[in-house]
Amino acid sequence: MNWRVIKALIVKYIFTCSRNNFRVMDIFFWPVMDLLLWGFVTIYMLKVSNAVPTMITFFISAIILWNILYRAQQVVSVSFLDDVWSRNLLNIFAAPISAVEYVGASYLVGLVQSLVVLVLLGTLSYYLHSLNILTMGLALGLLFGNLILMGWSIGLMTTSCILRWGTNAAALAWAVPGLLQPLSAVFYPVSVLPAWLQPFAYCLPASHVFEGMRQILAGGGVNTNHIVSAFLLNIVYMALAAWLFKACLDGARMRGALVKYGT
Amino acid sequence: MDNIVEVRGLRKEFGKTVAIENLNFDVKQGEILGFLGANGAGKTTTIFMLLGLITPSKGSIKIFGEEMHSSRVPILKRMNFASAYQQLPYNMLVWENLYVFAEIYDVKNSKKKIDDLLEMFELAHMRKKLSGSLSSGEQTRLSLCKALLNDPELLLLDEPTASLDPDQADKVRKIIAKRQRENGMTVINTSHNMLDVSELCDRILFMQSGQVVANGSAADLLEKFASKNLEEAFITMARSQLVEKV
Repeated sequence: MNWRVIKALIVKYIFTCSRNNFRVMDIFFWPVMDLLLWGFVTIYMLKVSNAVPTMITFFISAIILWNILYRAQQVVSVSFLDDVWSRNLLNIFAAPISAVEYVGASYLVGLVQSLVVLVLLGTLSYYLHSLNILTMGLALGLLFGNLILMGWSIGLMTTSCILRWGTNAAALAWAVPGLLQPLSAVFYPVSVLPAWLQPFAYCLPASHVFEGMRQILAGGGVNTNHIVSAFLLNIVYMALAAWLFKACLDGARMRGALVKYGT
Repeated sequence: MDNIVEVRGLRKEFGKTVAIENLNFDVKQGEILGFLGANGAGKTTTIFMLLGLITPSKGSIKIFGEEMHSSRVPILKRMNFASAYQQLPYNMLVWENLYVFAEIYDVKNSKKKIDDLLEMFELAHMRKKLSGSLSSGEQTRLSLCKALLNDPELLLLDEPTASLDPDQADKVRKIIAKRQRENGMTVINTSHNMLDVSELCDRILFMQSGQVVANGSAADLLEKFASKNLEEAFITMARSQLVEKV
């Protein structure tokens, strides 16, 4: 792995993003809007019902953590789409860049963006909703790490689908996280889901992360089972995503699709 | 002289369409090889297979003595390509594009290299312009700057002068010829511009329906097809094949 190549791809991403105000808005605007909207909805719910006061803590924390996964996933998928849209795919894939370097660069950008979003939303939630996410302590790092891994693997899987089906499948970059959100038990416990859906929910690392998060916030301490389950599932999904990406990239080279998408 | 490129029994099918059929050729170090052929003859598909962008259905491609499919990255590090139809990202500045590719190709002293190339292709004043704001001829020259960044041992060019005016096309031909003389660079050049081919190329492969139907120097082809110039030879070759098929 050549770190200079990875650095070059990260610099390319920064150059591209810094010139596009809408992209910067996409990174910062929507997470902040999410936080404000759901924060106010939760405050309203507390006023009109007998909801437990911890509800706002659950909701706001869930929004912050979900945005970590979403950012990590988006960067991986959208940086590939950027190369397609700017017709740079041929230059990139005809250059001495390995698949590991190409994907690794987008993983790193996703990690940094997620960290920035975490700090931004954490600060805002402290001042707007008096919620200090740092009360989760070191467990926050474990939850964050698991969500990053899941975001990366979903991002790589959606990129693989775009490689397989072309830009017609570009909508998946935004649709897949939305599709997984109800199953990930982000805003409610897995027990709320119909019994037949619960085993599927437990197959997602995110549902373990959010169950673990609620337990910590409710004062129940860190549930190691959830953290370890999420991590083991993430290893499986990362391996699956890597295999899928390689298969789709090989298939695209065989069908001449890289040339078709790149010109 | 050693062979830089060795292509053996190359075949490429896209579904039921056979784009390349039993293609065999070598390119020697320092040679400038021209690919000629009508549209759809398989020239660009061959270039893309040499770049590892398209996987052949059958056959082997060896570049610098190594198999392309198993040593893609180390091979690509020593080569580069430019196409009149392939531009650099429109949403980055000229120097940003070249800087990113200089880093990718591990170019030493990249700033000076970029400045020299921009000067050479008369783009120095465009340094801080968005690549998307360049004319098609300027974008082609920018693509050529990218292609020469790493002093490639093998340069693949896909119709490099297609969008250039005669003056710029002449300058580009002279730059490529000069670099070839100075560095012993090997060049594979596809073109419909007969002047490109006759001025630049040591040898010409004429392709039709994915196969090589003629191979030799410009003089050889003129003699073989009893033609006064390459354009006439091109038309004779293209039409004779079509007549045979009909």
